[in-house]
Amino acid sequence: MSNNSKVFLGPLAKNNPITVQILGICSCLAVTAQLKPAVVMALSVTVVVALSNLIISLMRNTIPPRIRIIVQLVVVSALVILVNQVLMAYVYDVSKQLSVYVGLIITNCIVMGRLEAFAMNHKPWESMLDGIGNGLGYGVVLVILGAFRELFGSGSLWGVPVMEKLGMYKIGYENNGLVIMAPMALILVGVIIWIQRSKDKELQEQ
Amino acid sequence: MFDNLRGLIDKIKPTFSEGGKAAWLGSTFEAFETFLFTPNTTTARGSHVRDGIDLKRAMITVVVALMPALLFGMWNIGYQTSLRAEQWPFELGTAASFWYCLWFGFLRMLPLIVVSYVVGLAIEFAFAQIRHHQVNEGFLVTGMIIPMIVPVTTPLWQLALATAFAVVFGKEVFGGTGMNFLNPALVARAFLFFSYPTHMSGDQVWIARDLWGSDAIAGATPLGEIATGIAPSASALDMFIGIIPGSTCETSVIAILLGALLLLVSGIASWRIMLSVVLGGGLMGMLFNAVGANAYMQLPFYYHFLMGGFAFGAVFMATDPVTAAQTNCGKWIYGFLIGAFAVLLRVLNPAYPEGMMLSILLMNSFAPLIDHCVVAANIRRRNNRKKEVKA
Repeated sequence: MSNNSKVFLGPLAKNNPITVQILGICSCLAVTAQLKPAVVMALSVTVVVALSNLIISLMRNTIPPRIRIIVQLVVVSALVILVNQVLMAYVYDVSKQLSVYVGLIITNCIVMGRLEAFAMNHKPWESMLDGIGNGLGYGVVLVILGAFRELFGSGSLWGVPVMEKLGMYKIGYENNGLVIMAPMALILVGVIIWIQRSKDKELQEQ
Repeated sequence: MFDNLRGLIDKIKPTFSEGGKAAWLGSTFEAFETFLFTPNTTTARGSHVRDGIDLKRAMITVVVALMPALLFGMWNIGYQTSLRAEQWPFELGTAASFWYCLWFGFLRMLPLIVVSYVVGLAIEFAFAQIRHHQVNEGFLVTGMIIPMIVPVTTPLWQLALATAFAVVFGKEVFGGTGMNFLNPALVARAFLFFSYPTHMSGDQVWIARDLWGSDAIAGATPLGEIATGIAPSASALDMFIGIIPGSTCETSVIAILLGALLLLVSGIASWRIMLSVVLGGGLMGMLFNAVGANAYMQLPFYYHFLMGGFAFGAVFMATDPVTAAQTNCGKWIYGFLIGAFAVLLRVLNPAYPEGMMLSILLMNSFAPLIDHCVVAANIRRRNNRKKEVKA
């Protein structure tokens, strides 16, 4: 595997930001009650991480180390504001649903983590791939959670009432209220980590 | 007969031992073997002091202690239905005899108990196989308690789901019996409570309409009534005896006290925890009596012991030796806070009519911290004493 594809594909599985680096848990609990906001959030974070990685990587040799965090924050904030405006313009209802969590991408640990750990000492193209990879790795987990929680919590998928169409309610099925709540999302993240670690020997602690 | 059984087991044993064809089922085989016969392995080296009471006997004692509450609960299920059903399932008119009530309740309870044990034990056995552990008796009590603390009308698939959730996430992920920090039976109930609130806390869940299905008759529990601002219609004596609607087997304080007696005499459960739960609940109740700002606060404090799951929780759930505090001083603190929080939640939070479940789960998670503080304080005290002697 070439270096670039390793940088890009790593975060999707072996170095997944949520299940391995354990970053970005807060937003992943908050926005995954339904699939649609989860997907929109995943795309927004991907855009922000990719572009901020690229920009910081371009500037990395000119940023004085002492004030690097504040420079990073300015870049990230600018991007998040852009994303927020785009969301409000084109998918207003989802943007309403996501409420503060779009703004809180600024404090998403994945963004700062990738800037500090990767973009500050890698070339622009590589950094951008790393950003896209991490955004998508985050997105994969969000989509799994969103699909599961919407299906079992609200009985629908992308707003389509799947369970009703399947006639599940007639045979006594009921939606699970706990799945909608954040604690269950945390347990589900735990289950994903559990499955991943039991499959992947490298991730197991000795 | 026993010789034949022994012979049969010895004959099939090599198949399940290491190198045998079905070695992967080893721990299942071992579980059934020790279920039938005392294991004949002895300690090879060194001397060990062994108590006659092992995990299996402790668990069985608790199950026996649960029996009065279980039997009373069965009778009460039938009795409550016969009081209100337009048509008594056995078409006997209104005069439901003791035995019919008991039989009706037995038939209602049996599926709940079977589902709880089958699902829970299946998961226990599966985990034991995968991890090459021995199957142990930890689920005997949990599997009995789960059907005893849910409404009789709980749909079976929901109970199965809750049991599976409780065994996997309440217990197995932490390493199985003895490693869990939350009481698995309460995890199952909490799962039901938060997942299917209409089945757990509506007015229409406590009394079965007929022999099958999850239809129910309207009939609020005393806790439910009081949470909506009505004085409980049952008298204190009725609540003490337990002829009130409620979760299947938690209503009768007398039956629970019988179980408590056995647990205390046999030394299985800690009297410190039981006493301190009652003290904590009582003092909190008296405090609210003194404030007396609304009808619920003015309720005599001893009503709290009689309503809902307070007695059952204090005797069978708070005293779970795995999840309770281990130090003697810690047990006092742990129990006292359980009682106090239970009453606090009941009175101040109408969204959670039953505070006992949540307060035990809360203190379960604090028990290790309480123990840590007690031990640390003890170490500090001894160090100070040493200094005084030197000086």
